Amino acid sequence: MHEHLDIQLIAIVTAVACALPGVFLVLRRMTLMSDAISHAILPGIVLAFFLTESLSSPLLILAAAGTGVLTVLFVELLQRTKLVKEDAAIGLTFPALFSIGVILISRFAGNVHLDMDAVLLGELAYAPLNRLQAFGSDLGPVSLYVMGTILVLNLIFILVFYKELKLVTFDASLAAALGFTPTLIHYGLMTLVSVTTVGAFDAVGSILVVALIAGPPATAYLMTDKLSRMLVLSAIIGSVNAVCGYWLASLFDVSIAGAIATMTLFIFGLVFLVVPNRGLIAIARRHARQKWEFAQTMLAIHLFNHEGLPEAAAESAIADLHEHLSWDPVFTTQVVKYALNNRYVSREEAQLVLTEQGRAIAQQALVQ
Amino acid sequence: MEAAEPKAIEVTDLTVAYQDKPVLWDIDLDVPPGVLLSIVGPNGAGKTTLIKAILGLVRPAAGNVLIYNKPYEVQRRIVGYVPQRGSVDWDFPTNVLDVVMMGRYGALGWVRRPGKSERELAMQALEKVGMEAYTTRQISQLSGGQQQRVFLARALVQDATVYLMDEPFQGVDATTERAIVTLLQELRANGKTVVVVHHDLQTVTDYFDWVMLLNIRRIASGPVNETFTPDNLRETYGGRLAFMKTDK
Amino acid sequence: MENLSTLIHLDYTLMIVGIGAALLGSVSGALGTYAVLRRQSLLGDAISHAALPGIAIAFLLTGSKTPLILVLGAAIAGWLGTLLIMSIVRLTRIKYDSALAIVLSTFFGFGLVLHTLIQRTGNANQAGLDTFLFGQAATILARDVLTIGILGGIALIVMLIFWKELKLLVFDEGFAASIGLPIRALDILLTSLLVIAIVLGLQAVGAVLMSAMLVAPAVAARQWTNRLRLMVFLAACFGALAGVSGTIISSTMSRIPTGPTIVLCATVVVGLSIAFAPNRGLVWNRIRQQRHRHGLKTAADGLLKQSQQRSE
Repeated sequence: MHEHLDIQLIAIVTAVACALPGVFLVLRRMTLMSDAISHAILPGIVLAFFLTESLSSPLLILAAAGTGVLTVLFVELLQRTKLVKEDAAIGLTFPALFSIGVILISRFAGNVHLDMDAVLLGELAYAPLNRLQAFGSDLGPVSLYVMGTILVLNLIFILVFYKELKLVTFDASLAAALGFTPTLIHYGLMTLVSVTTVGAFDAVGSILVVALIAGPPATAYLMTDKLSRMLVLSAIIGSVNAVCGYWLASLFDVSIAGAIATMTLFIFGLVFLVVPNRGLIAIARRHARQKWEFAQTMLAIHLFNHEGLPEAAAESAIADLHEHLSWDPVFTTQVVKYALNNRYVSREEAQLVLTEQGRAIAQQALVQ
Repeated sequence: MEAAEPKAIEVTDLTVAYQDKPVLWDIDLDVPPGVLLSIVGPNGAGKTTLIKAILGLVRPAAGNVLIYNKPYEVQRRIVGYVPQRGSVDWDFPTNVLDVVMMGRYGALGWVRRPGKSERELAMQALEKVGMEAYTTRQISQLSGGQQQRVFLARALVQDATVYLMDEPFQGVDATTERAIVTLLQELRANGKTVVVVHHDLQTVTDYFDWVMLLNIRRIASGPVNETFTPDNLRETYGGRLAFMKTDK
Repeated sequence: MENLSTLIHLDYTLMIVGIGAALLGSVSGALGTYAVLRRQSLLGDAISHAALPGIAIAFLLTGSKTPLILVLGAAIAGWLGTLLIMSIVRLTRIKYDSALAIVLSTFFGFGLVLHTLIQRTGNANQAGLDTFLFGQAATILARDVLTIGILGGIALIVMLIFWKELKLLVFDEGFAASIGLPIRALDILLTSLLVIAIVLGLQAVGAVLMSAMLVAPAVAARQWTNRLRLMVFLAACFGALAGVSGTIISSTMSRIPTGPTIVLCATVVVGLSIAFAPNRGLVWNRIRQQRHRHGLKTAADGLLKQSQQRSE
């Protein structure tokens, strides 16, 4: 049972650490940069690994983070030539760097403990095996400490620079005008993303880390408008995904990281469907309700626009309404019925006439 | 004028909504053949949407559009369209002549490629807008005014009867503006109907003979001298038109 | 004599692999042009990753490892992924980049789950996943070349048939719609062609690096020409060049994987193009700027001299 707990703890800490900077990436439309960084840091990791021969040395994390920031810089340089657009610049940079990393591994690290599957996919199940020993006692898995430190770093950065981050995210030019140098905040954030990605590597690998970074914040974005609430929600959703994913994986004996990503998709889909106001179901119901209201307003405005004009008689003839408005006849009959019931219109022989209430509705709609 | 002459464009009871938000409310508009009409209104008045609805690019919630008494789908060939210049990526790898020849794609139909006759038509159109010296120029190397002329030339080779233009004067130099006005008036002289989304109120009376004032609903439309009145303008723009009062 | 025959045999294998890589490179290069021009360079990345669950499900359903069936599964999953991205963007306030990132990573994760499931039942070996991730250009057989040739050829022919319609769609969608082109259908067609190029390319360079095979040749080609026709042609050539040279380099040196080598070759072509292409290239621009400055200076000198003469 101890192992279960360790893995889940690591998964939760990793998920929260990824989700927090992810919120700003999602809001700043830079999510794909995390995809680029997570792949492009490979050569940095490999080179540092050759030097330190350890996958969890701080030097390795620093080297990889450096490569991540270099990637961001390189993408921006490419863009600045005006010869390559942003998306293409990203699409060029990270496969090239990643390729260098793969070639370095297969050429020089053939028998060393650094295989591609671990880099790409990670393996959460092995994470608790590497334990921190001190004074002869077991203090817990190393990766829990690594990710814990990174999580604290992320928290500190976000808490300290909350106001600046918010400003840069929602109005970069205003931030610049106020002297907050968006570039500095930007690179600070990118460094954090790089560090977090390297840290999460061990556990989930470079492809699925994107799910941890983009998934929970995007899900939270569907649920709230407030930045602070979005941060908290992202952390909660990330943790839920991690725990559910873990149990899904143990139940079917499949890849834990893969199961967490699958849960991320599932929870996102669920929220996408059912969240109040912005969910698919809410939208569909609102549409169904508003369809009739909107149609009655249209009818009122139609009558209002032609009121007292020579063509009014022709335009308000009940039998011809559907032709004027290009509506389905059945639909038209229904709308007229509703409008009569609501006393927006009244019937005068073969014609519809606006009531005071109907006129008010038309006028109100037009003023808006 | 004959009494039974069909309308070039006839919009009846047109309502357009994007999702839940109405953009145009119950618009009626009759455009007789051979007029030069400008659609004028504040930002967000639905000018571009009206053009797009006439072209069938957005689906109306209610109402109808007829071009010479028939729906747009049937009359496509006689309608020419100039989209907003900012709506395309001018870094696209193509040159001036090529863009102008795109105006013939509709007439060419599927699969067939533009050939010699299309090239000639395109050259003629480019001469008309004064761009014949730029045929092989990459389109990103053109000034804003030149890009606009290329778009006009593309509409000209459509050889249409009705033209719809979305902000053709946006961001062009004075020379181009004059050239475009001359061209529009020439089109009208040849019996074409031209509808232009326009921003500059000061030039409406000089450039156009008909005007439509639009702000979500139609405020007024008709000949400029009858329609382009301070009262109507005030109704269109609300209080945001102080500068016009000092003008009049 | 025996040596000679092994040499010939080796050359034959290499030739097949080279032809296969060249075909894949040219198909993805040509079709990638449209992705780059539509600013959908990373859609390829999403489609290639999203293909994994499709491959796994195709295998689970049919129990067969026939390339065509797996390719079909990959294509359907890639397609569904694209559809989901578009729906998220259309129906929510989540932007394109986040939608793409979510689909890419979670589809892949789901594929991984299915893969471990298959692995556990003992039906497949680990090689399957590695192939998916990094491709296996080195093991392309004559039969594969035929599949690639036919499917890729069909994709390219369709692209040529609808050349002017696709061009107009990419350049000016509004105008295209106004002259009656079915925008939706053309969009679906173009995406389908892209999906074909990607699922074929997966065999050569794998999912992780596939986006480079779409983007790099097109970006390189764009620097050399201002015509779409030439750009597509050049992108196909650059793609083929990268495919062949990558294959040769990795086969002559030990322990150099093919896919990454192909990608690096393509990247080198991009680097050279961005630096040295006439008119657009960086070097060319620098020279032009200096000439311009020089020209200004001589003009200014001339004016100065004139005014001095006049004042004398």
